[in-house]
Amino acid sequence: MSKLKLKLAATGLNNTDNPGPGVPVIRSIRESGSFSMEVVGLAYETLEPGIYMPGVTDRTYMIPYPSDGVEALLERLEYIQSKEQVDVLIPNFDAELYTFMKSSERLEKMGIRTFLPTLAQFEERHKSNLPRFGEKYNVPVPKSRDILSYQDIEKLREDFEFPLMVKGKFYDAYLAYNEEQVRMHYNKITAKWGLPVIIQEFVRGTEVNVVALGDGTGQTVGAVPMRKQYITDKGKAWGGITLDDPAMMELTRHIISKTQWRGGMELELIKTTRNELYVIEINPRIPAWVYLAVGAGQNLPEALVKLALGMEVKPFKHYDVGKMFVRYSYDMIVDLPRFEQLSTLGEVEPEKSSKSI
Amino acid sequence: MIMSLRKNIAVSDSGFVFDPSSGESYSLNPIGTEIVKLLQQGRSHEDIIRDLTGKYDVDDATLERYYYDFIGMLKQFNLLENGE
Repeated sequence: MSKLKLKLAATGLNNTDNPGPGVPVIRSIRESGSFSMEVVGLAYETLEPGIYMPGVTDRTYMIPYPSDGVEALLERLEYIQSKEQVDVLIPNFDAELYTFMKSSERLEKMGIRTFLPTLAQFEERHKSNLPRFGEKYNVPVPKSRDILSYQDIEKLREDFEFPLMVKGKFYDAYLAYNEEQVRMHYNKITAKWGLPVIIQEFVRGTEVNVVALGDGTGQTVGAVPMRKQYITDKGKAWGGITLDDPAMMELTRHIISKTQWRGGMELELIKTTRNELYVIEINPRIPAWVYLAVGAGQNLPEALVKLALGMEVKPFKHYDVGKMFVRYSYDMIVDLPRFEQLSTLGEVEPEKSSKSI
Repeated sequence: MIMSLRKNIAVSDSGFVFDPSSGESYSLNPIGTEIVKLLQQGRSHEDIIRDLTGKYDVDDATLERYYYDFIGMLKQFNLLENGE
């Protein structure tokens, strides 16, 4: 039987110490063997490692930052589409998702399919909206509040106990033991991500995570729970292990069913010593550690592509418990002309000696 | 009440213990492994202590002290549950 042809576009090629999910997502879909595929990388920076890694992307195009607006992005994607005829696009950054969701109809008209959460789903799980989300769907969440100024910091003492978490809208989270530390983190976060800054009650316990995929009708296509075993100073998993935790699975299915979640999702949870679970974040995309789920038996990126193509996908029933991943860093040698081509023309040709990873 | 090893805890002959609920793993010495395997069979503390004092050159009081110290550690790591 001949394989289905697929041209996939993906962002998040930044396989750095704060890795984007692009490379593991591409790797998972390539390794699924379901498609005869070509991959178009979409990059924001010329030094994103996935551009140069052999067997990851076949071509890469620079795209404008989300801050440049929807039109700039669509114009660029129209150009890319005129050359590539992309079938499915998987955006992998929180900060760009809004732009892609807003543009999904226009992308569809260009022939590019996505499988993303709806704008309502995206908005209501925002860190700022988490308390309302918890109330609406009966999900335990820590107390949290948006702060917009120094004056708000002074008022925190009335409702919060220290230490507390100070978080950026999209990324970054710091523990603060006093008001001075809140101010320090507030400045750092606003400079990078803008307002609001989110203050969250600090729940003591172990951080555990779930990668999951919802089909948009309330059904959980797959879900794999994991505990980070090795965490970098940026809080990213450098090693992790799959867990056998029915309560985490139940909570995931509950959230996907109640929200009718569409697309990839990462749940960040705290498990207290009394085994209570608190949802601290819901990331509306596949996480960078997704390849662990693939290794444990659930190729969620492949399933996501099939859903985007309107194919039938049967829910996964099993995953291996005790499967581990260990990340590593690796130096590549890159010839200057490839970097030059990307820097000057905004696109780079396939490397002839590419081998699949 | 008997405290037995939680059902889903995996113990290998090499003394490697894996808790699939927490993802934590532990390494035991041969005596630790022996005790945990006996607990896994649902044996009572008294029974295990009797077995070990008969098998090893140790007086009852010393063994009991070390045994319950070890059990305390297993409890602390949440590896035990109440049995029948």
